[in-house]
Amino acid sequence: MSVTTITPARTGFSASEYLTCLTGIVWREGLRFLHQRERFVSALVRPLVWLFIFAAGFRQVLGISIIPPYETYIPYEVFIAPGLMAMIQLFNGMQSSLSMVYDREMGNMRTLLVSPLPRWYLLFCKLLAGTAVSVLQVYAFLAVAWFWDITPPPWGYLTVLPALFLSGLMLGALGMLISSGIKQLENFAGVMNFVIFPMFFASSALYPLWRVEEGSPWLAMICEANPFTHAVELIRFALYGKMNWISLAVVAGCTAAFMVGAILAYDPSRGLGRRGPGGET
Amino acid sequence: MTMPGATIIEQDDAERHKREPAGMPALAIDGISHSYGARRALADISFDVRPASFTALLGLNGAGKSTLFSLITRLFGVQRGHISIFGHDIGRTPGEALRLLGVVFQPRTLDLDLSLTQNLLYHAALHGIARRAARLRSEELLARIGLLDRAGHKVRDLSGGQMRRLEIARALLHQPRLLLLDEATVGLDVKARADIVSHVRQLVTEQGIGVLWATHLFDEIAPTDDLVVLHQGRLLAKGPAARVIAESSASDVNSAFARLTMQDSTAWSTGS
Repeated sequence: MSVTTITPARTGFSASEYLTCLTGIVWREGLRFLHQRERFVSALVRPLVWLFIFAAGFRQVLGISIIPPYETYIPYEVFIAPGLMAMIQLFNGMQSSLSMVYDREMGNMRTLLVSPLPRWYLLFCKLLAGTAVSVLQVYAFLAVAWFWDITPPPWGYLTVLPALFLSGLMLGALGMLISSGIKQLENFAGVMNFVIFPMFFASSALYPLWRVEEGSPWLAMICEANPFTHAVELIRFALYGKMNWISLAVVAGCTAAFMVGAILAYDPSRGLGRRGPGGET
Repeated sequence: MTMPGATIIEQDDAERHKREPAGMPALAIDGISHSYGARRALADISFDVRPASFTALLGLNGAGKSTLFSLITRLFGVQRGHISIFGHDIGRTPGEALRLLGVVFQPRTLDLDLSLTQNLLYHAALHGIARRAARLRSEELLARIGLLDRAGHKVRDLSGGQMRRLEIARALLHQPRLLLLDEATVGLDVKARADIVSHVRQLVTEQGIGVLWATHLFDEIAPTDDLVVLHQGRLLAKGPAARVIAESSASDVNSAFARLTMQDSTAWSTGS
């Protein structure tokens, strides 16, 4: 058979193809989340345990002075609520990266990476999908916390949304960056211990930084430099309809840096080609 | 021109054929070399896969088949040489190249907790195929592989052979013109293997798809196939299987392979 006229192959992708891809990845992430009910329960129980037990025990120990964005004295539970919201996102970001390592080992990741759309876009969609799931978890937490007298102003539930997306992206991108460097699933637990716990405890999630400074100026400086501190503060301020510009700049900057790092790490010409078939994605 | 009553896949196939450059190989591998650090996995590999042909990539474990597949699918970056799919260089225009490519990897890449349809819809979304068209194509492909009645079941409930058929259906969902299958029958029983091989051969004859079939199982290769023999990262032979057998003075693929690899190792041992 001979073909005499050829219609040129279509080049590039339309906006609707990009959108279809994004919705498909978000939909799949949502389905996976629904199928893993224990993941949802543990994501909800973890911060609630901190809120109900830890905060109840510590409310008499840690006095909270009036610090922005609060305009009056607040109970300890109210203070740690934004930290616990960020904690949900931190765990979710690491959980997503864990599932990326798992998908890579099991081979599922290949179906994503051999899609014809640009790889940076695929990874961004994956990141956005994980963030959307983490935001849903945070709202579920807020719904339960409402019965525990964690009642931010009604508009706070709306104003906190962009902050949650930004902080979720930052923590998800960090997880993605970490996952790119992990060759085996077994290595992940160690990384979790070196990332999640230091990030969470060396931050303003559980105690105001002025308290930390009283005890250890060095630790306070570390906490100040911790991007997670700024994620917490961004959420804390946004929950009360206010903006912490420094935290916004740090979180936005770190999000961009982690994302670029993750995209470069998943670039076949940079990272993946150096590994053997066993370590491929 | 599409036939009245043609299925959506057949209509789309006809459109896709129009866009294929004439006389272009489905896959062109040109001077590919690849190393993992100091270890060379592939050395100067060149061969073509023609449209509407079945090319068997034969090699033992460690021959470099999976590395080659990772390069063709752009999981790895090309270090030396060129790979193009219907003239689209995988490094320079990966989107155009990957759009024409369907892949079945050696390890299972299905999401076991999703249903058959959900797996297919996810794949369709990754290729930017709108939901309605994706659903129609999914149903049609599931019907072709005899799994339409299990469309809503979880993939976890399928047998190994059914999963492979589903993976092949998924690889065809975006109507590729080139299909790569990496040891697709490993771990399957004799009947499931035969079913899959015959299904893929049917795709070649009926839909004109170029197939690159990586295997280490000699009985999957027919004398009419094109054959590429890889051994320890080196290309030992390429061409129609019958010719490779004849030129090796062998009676079948099995003995041809034995002769080729032995010659190769003898050459190394004598330093020539």
